[in-house]
Amino acid sequence: MELFWEYAKAFLVGGAICAVGQVLIDFTKLTPARILVIFVVLGVVLGALKIYQPLVDWAGGGASIPLTGWGSTIAKGTRDAVAEKGIFGALSGGLTGSAAGVAAAIFFGFLSAVAFKPKAKEE
Amino acid sequence: METVTNQSYDQMVKKASPPSKSARNISMAFLVGGAICTLGHALIRLYMSMGVPEETAFPAASITLVFLSALFTGLNIYDKLAKWGGAGTLVPITGFANAITAPALEFKSEGYIMGLGAKMFIIAGPVIVYGIAAGVVYGVILYLFQLY
Repeated sequence: MELFWEYAKAFLVGGAICAVGQVLIDFTKLTPARILVIFVVLGVVLGALKIYQPLVDWAGGGASIPLTGWGSTIAKGTRDAVAEKGIFGALSGGLTGSAAGVAAAIFFGFLSAVAFKPKAKEE
Repeated sequence: METVTNQSYDQMVKKASPPSKSARNISMAFLVGGAICTLGHALIRLYMSMGVPEETAFPAASITLVFLSALFTGLNIYDKLAKWGGAGTLVPITGFANAITAPALEFKSEGYIMGLGAKMFIIAGPVIVYGIAAGVVYGVILYLFQLY
């Protein structure tokens, strides 16, 4: 039962964050690229305000998997790096904190694009 | 030229979609997005049960989803899911991976450097730019006001 509730929290929080994105798509003229930018920057802000980490602690993947979670890793990486290295950390921390996700997306995206054929209308 | 196209497209979308469709779209985004996040949570649990520390299990789960998204984008499955899931497939990190893989694949025909390599960032580029810029601003604020 406890395990069920844990997964339910991940489902509900993750679903709710995505539903917000759909509301933005349906009721504003925002393009997908703008929505992704908004979610990441929102994640950085919520991470900076230390609001996002409690949500991750509560909902696990429900909060870490949406792009807001990726944004919050930028904030966390920056905070850790500034504490350790001072002003240099302001530059190095964001990418350090979010490196795994970006590098994975670039590398696996690259592999996939090389390996597969584009769909239709390809000469 | 592009704004005209966007406007006429918007009008087409308005005509084609009655407002009641939104409720359905939002429910689908909730269900599909929730499902992807639940899968992510299951991966976090799986890695932690294998003895991976929490601070590694979280990014490892994200990376796994990114891998699956790149794979299913290449297989032309993710795009089909996106038609159903809308923002439910856009907002999770799988949407970010899809936004990188799809244009990389599409523009491969324009070459590996300026096609695949450059067009890969057509959506991901702005996301990285504003995410990292926000992080640097935050870092400077932390440093100046000694909030760390």
